[in-house]
Amino acid sequence: MAVTPIKFYQTGSFAVGGRLLGADQRSVQSDRQRINSIDCGHRACQGCGEALGARYALDAAMRATGNRMVAVNATGCLEVFSTPYPETSWRIPWLHSLFGNAPAVATGVAAAMKAKGRTDVRVVGQGGDGGTVDIGFACLSGMFERNDDVLYICYDNEAYMNTGVQRSGATPAAARTATTPAVGPEPGAVFGQGKNVPMIALAHEIPYVATATVADLRDLEAKVTRAMEFRGARYLHVLVPCPLGWGSASHDTILIARLAKESGLFPVFEAEHGEIVATSKIRRRVPVEDYLRRQTRYAHLFGDRPRTDVIARIQAQADRNIRRYDLLGED
Amino acid sequence: MLRQIEGSKAVADAVALCRPEVVCAYPISPQTHIVEGLAELVKSGALEPCEFVNVESEFAAMSVAIGASAAGARAYTATASQGLLYMTEAVFNASGLGLPIVMTVANRAIGAPINIWNDQSDSMALRDAGWIQLYAETNQEAADLHVQAFRIAEELSTPVMVCMDGFVLTHAWEQVDTPDQEQVDAFLPPYEPRQVLDPAEPSSIGAMVGPEAFTEVRYLAHARLMEALDLVPDVSDRFAEAFGRNSGGLTRAYRTEDADTIVIALGSVLGTLKDTVDELREAGLRVGVLGLTCFRPFPADAVRAAVGHARHVVVLERAFEPGVGGIVTQNVVAAAPATHVHTVVAGLGGRAVTKASLDGVLRAADRLPPLTFLDLDRTLIDRELGRLAATRRSGPTAENLLRDLGAVASRIG
Repeated sequence: MAVTPIKFYQTGSFAVGGRLLGADQRSVQSDRQRINSIDCGHRACQGCGEALGARYALDAAMRATGNRMVAVNATGCLEVFSTPYPETSWRIPWLHSLFGNAPAVATGVAAAMKAKGRTDVRVVGQGGDGGTVDIGFACLSGMFERNDDVLYICYDNEAYMNTGVQRSGATPAAARTATTPAVGPEPGAVFGQGKNVPMIALAHEIPYVATATVADLRDLEAKVTRAMEFRGARYLHVLVPCPLGWGSASHDTILIARLAKESGLFPVFEAEHGEIVATSKIRRRVPVEDYLRRQTRYAHLFGDRPRTDVIARIQAQADRNIRRYDLLGED
Repeated sequence: MLRQIEGSKAVADAVALCRPEVVCAYPISPQTHIVEGLAELVKSGALEPCEFVNVESEFAAMSVAIGASAAGARAYTATASQGLLYMTEAVFNASGLGLPIVMTVANRAIGAPINIWNDQSDSMALRDAGWIQLYAETNQEAADLHVQAFRIAEELSTPVMVCMDGFVLTHAWEQVDTPDQEQVDAFLPPYEPRQVLDPAEPSSIGAMVGPEAFTEVRYLAHARLMEALDLVPDVSDRFAEAFGRNSGGLTRAYRTEDADTIVIALGSVLGTLKDTVDELREAGLRVGVLGLTCFRPFPADAVRAAVGHARHVVVLERAFEPGVGGIVTQNVVAAAPATHVHTVVAGLGGRAVTKASLDGVLRAADRLPPLTFLDLDRTLIDRELGRLAATRRSGPTAENLLRDLGAVASRIG
């Protein structure tokens, strides 16, 4: 299904559901008859970007598969807040094994379904950035390299939030975490580290790679829907702000995700078979400072002696993204 | 069908007869020939439907098996040594989730120093992983135990590890009787999972469990393993009935009824032990052998019944617990506390366990210290201890020992 671009920011329930659009263009969430993948009553924090992203992504996957899907979850916030035994928020078959093996477990499920001739049942693996970028990375790369029939979704909140905000391989430069404290001459996470897993996924030349944020849930749904049109390994990297870990207001989750995209810090694109086929253009370019100022993890850059040098380096990263992904101009 | 065949190939064929639906593997010596055999069968279409997944690590191998088993497929993998340790986290997870995965461990030493030869340090290190552990004495047993393992695993919803001595069995060619597909099909019903990932009936597997129920979960896992003490011999009897040979059960006694000294061991060394015992019997010594086919759960009653009357029990350990001593010994002592139990650590890292050495140990059973290392080269050790005492620097111990032995041509370092 081709999705019509809509020229308004998502701000309220009409936009969220897409009820201003034709029936076939509406969001999964606009349908009151939909089956939730993850039900209400779970224990995520207020304003949790991951809970929002997971629900949109998996509901869209359910629609795309006619509810014939299995989810495999890495250890992390999403697993902990959704399944305190004997309660579960999952209305889909769901398996949690370990922190670092979700891609391989998903491969196992996909292999079992193939052996059993259940080609109708699709598999989604999911985890946070720690489980994906760091400890589960070998399994993820193996899954890509074998082109296993799994959509893997990384909900990136840029640190280990479940264990109390420690640095991960996805933590951005200068961000304060419990293990990259805002002290010393180079406060926060150091520059030049961190993994760009979407680009690494691209290098595997798997059928589909995309990035998205919870600021554009319609785009997220469209990407999940598109991903399910492919067979083989697919990767979706979703930026999900964490109010607790980022030190942002619970009601600012969507806004902050949007600022990450509109500043150029988080490029949103889509790639097929190793080639970028679409990028979401910046609509109102903002300086990175607008993004950084709303998060206490960057508060040390704006103290009595503002670190304009560090902010300039972050701005340079955003500018490089804008050039590299050609983020300005018309969609 | 009776064939002259390599142990690994015999196991691959036996596993294939069990119709696994997902086989995943990462290469490690001496396991490789097993999964090569299965790869051939899957790729050629002889074994189907079956997905063979070439994974990037042993951790992934067990993880793929976990996913496949939870999705209702019969899942198999094989490993050894460092590989088993590398997949440890997932090995515990498989039993915690109650997934009846069957895995072959081609027993091999653990480094450092790196050593690819046989002992049982690897599977012994995972004795607390919640898996049933079966140890094969011969390649016939290794093949037969796999057929039994799937049935035991699936009846209890608990994973089973079939351990066979690396190289000694895996790479040895001998006669093995491979059953027909019809026979195995009649013995082993299709896998019916206790809980399964099915969109028609969604369930959450692997939820978080807090202090209010975790102890009970663990107790039930223990209770299920203890059920295996009845099930393992039962399946072994049924196997004997169906296939006409006994390969399995909890323990296997050889000339123990009137024995003063009984040696307890696991795996391929039992053959050498039985030959030694035969010769000692001819010399008038009353000795016997008790082989443990099942080590987890530990068959305490069967061991007590078999060795209770003996004056001395010698446990021949193919692994040990540094700082403590014998691993199997501790289990034997707990099972038969009234017996004099001696630990003899033998055959580490592939050192040959000879009849001559065993003969000496068994003749001196009444004078053995609690912990003996068979064929230990005291001269080598004393020289190295001398060197260590002369300097505060830690040195290349293994290399020094090799130089003392003349095993290296030039001086290292």
